Amino acid sequence: MGDWLGLLSFGPHGWGDELAAGAAVTIGLAVATLPVGLTIGFFVALGKQSPDRLIRLSAEIYTTIFRGLPELLTLFLVYYGAQYGFSAIAQLILGHPVEINAFLAGMVALGLVLSSYASETILSAFRAIPRGQYEGAYAIGLSRGRTMRLVILPQLVRLALPGLSNLWLNLMKDTALVSVITLNDLLRMTTVAVGTTKQPFFFYGVACLIYLALSVLSSIGIWRIDAWASRGVER
Amino acid sequence: MTVAALPVRAPIRPRKTGVAGRVLIGIWILIGVGLMAALASSVDPDRLGRFGPLLLTGFIVTVKLVVTAIILGAIISLPIAAGRLSQNRLIGALAYAYSYFFRGTPLIAQTFLVYYGAGQFALQLRAIGLWWFFRDAYDCAIFAFALNTAAYQAEILAGAIRSVPRGQREAARALGLHRFVIMRRVVLPQALIVALRPYGNEVVLMIKASAIASIITVLDLMGETRYVFSQTYDLSFYLWAAIFYLVLVEGLRRLWNRFERRLTRHLVRAA
Repeated sequence: MGDWLGLLSFGPHGWGDELAAGAAVTIGLAVATLPVGLTIGFFVALGKQSPDRLIRLSAEIYTTIFRGLPELLTLFLVYYGAQYGFSAIAQLILGHPVEINAFLAGMVALGLVLSSYASETILSAFRAIPRGQYEGAYAIGLSRGRTMRLVILPQLVRLALPGLSNLWLNLMKDTALVSVITLNDLLRMTTVAVGTTKQPFFFYGVACLIYLALSVLSSIGIWRIDAWASRGVER
Repeated sequence: MTVAALPVRAPIRPRKTGVAGRVLIGIWILIGVGLMAALASSVDPDRLGRFGPLLLTGFIVTVKLVVTAIILGAIISLPIAAGRLSQNRLIGALAYAYSYFFRGTPLIAQTFLVYYGAGQFALQLRAIGLWWFFRDAYDCAIFAFALNTAAYQAEILAGAIRSVPRGQREAARALGLHRFVIMRRVVLPQALIVALRPYGNEVVLMIKASAIASIITVLDLMGETRYVFSQTYDLSFYLWAAIFYLVLVEGLRRLWNRFERRLTRHLVRAA
């Protein structure tokens, strides 16, 4: 037991600081991906309820692809695809190939996946808002943009929140995949620790508990946001 | 037929296809044609003949992996779902802890925990005669996936059973039916209809998640693809894998929709 605590201590002999640094990268990646995924998801959701059937079709193709592919495959496609594409371009312009940033590749891949799921969640939230809300807003002379911003969005946040919080929890778990393309996230730092200490069960168990703790913390945060988003609603 | 209280909907403005839609669909067509051209130009009969069959065997391994994990998971999920519905606080808490752990941590970390973690206990596992199982990456993947999907399936099942109105059970009890008969004849048929869609989603999620097995050296579709890529540095094999996965997932989703529509046709109200 004392052994194990020693393994987790901070400092040159323990792995506590390495795991903490890894956890920080995990959180950073998830936090950086969230706004990208939600923004794209919002516009894809708008596209899905467009009167123009070509826009609807384009949006459907987008979700079908990125919801259907394994996250790991999307990640590889983005990472190696970008490496392939950018290296060719960089070779032409700079004369030497460039290294693709694993964090950025992870952000793009996870953002694609998140946005395709988020668009479905946001779309069903849109559908739950009665038409009268738009009509009322237009009737008092609000423009389309202001109607969206002042009337629809606040309700959308409340309605989409349960679905979006699930997506956030999934996103946090999906970040672990990025360790495969050598980003030093929690899982990869754990693997490094295992390589040195030969204590796989202990360290992967600890990693799982850290992920679990992140989930619990997120749930508390989500609960607070929910209380804030439904402040105007009678329970 | 009187349609009295239907809410009046403003008519959707009829709009023909606009510029934005044409640009967007144009981009998709360009991407599609570009990918096709990339695939076609990289088709080297020699290479495809050598590595193509590998992708096919990988595909079969993926299907086997998913089917086994889903079935084992379904069996494991039964006691957990029962625990989630139990009146007993302790049993309820244990079942909740199981489901929370497996749903709150990444599957890839769970898989590592099983596969690499088992290595730490090789001596003990050998002593009780289980080493042959945990030594094999494929078995470890099945083990981890089954435990993981069991947690999700238990939540689906428990939620569906809870969704059956109380009165159904009370009426059945008033008729003097036995507990098991009530479960089998009254509750489950109604619950499984509710659970149908989430079960379908879970199968799709499992197919996608099964790609994780490739990281612990299982040669499933993803594993074979990675192997071929490491041999050829030909990115188009990833595209082939993507097509395989998309066809599998999309085909299953459509099949499941039809299946569901057929099973619930007695519930559809005539329009």
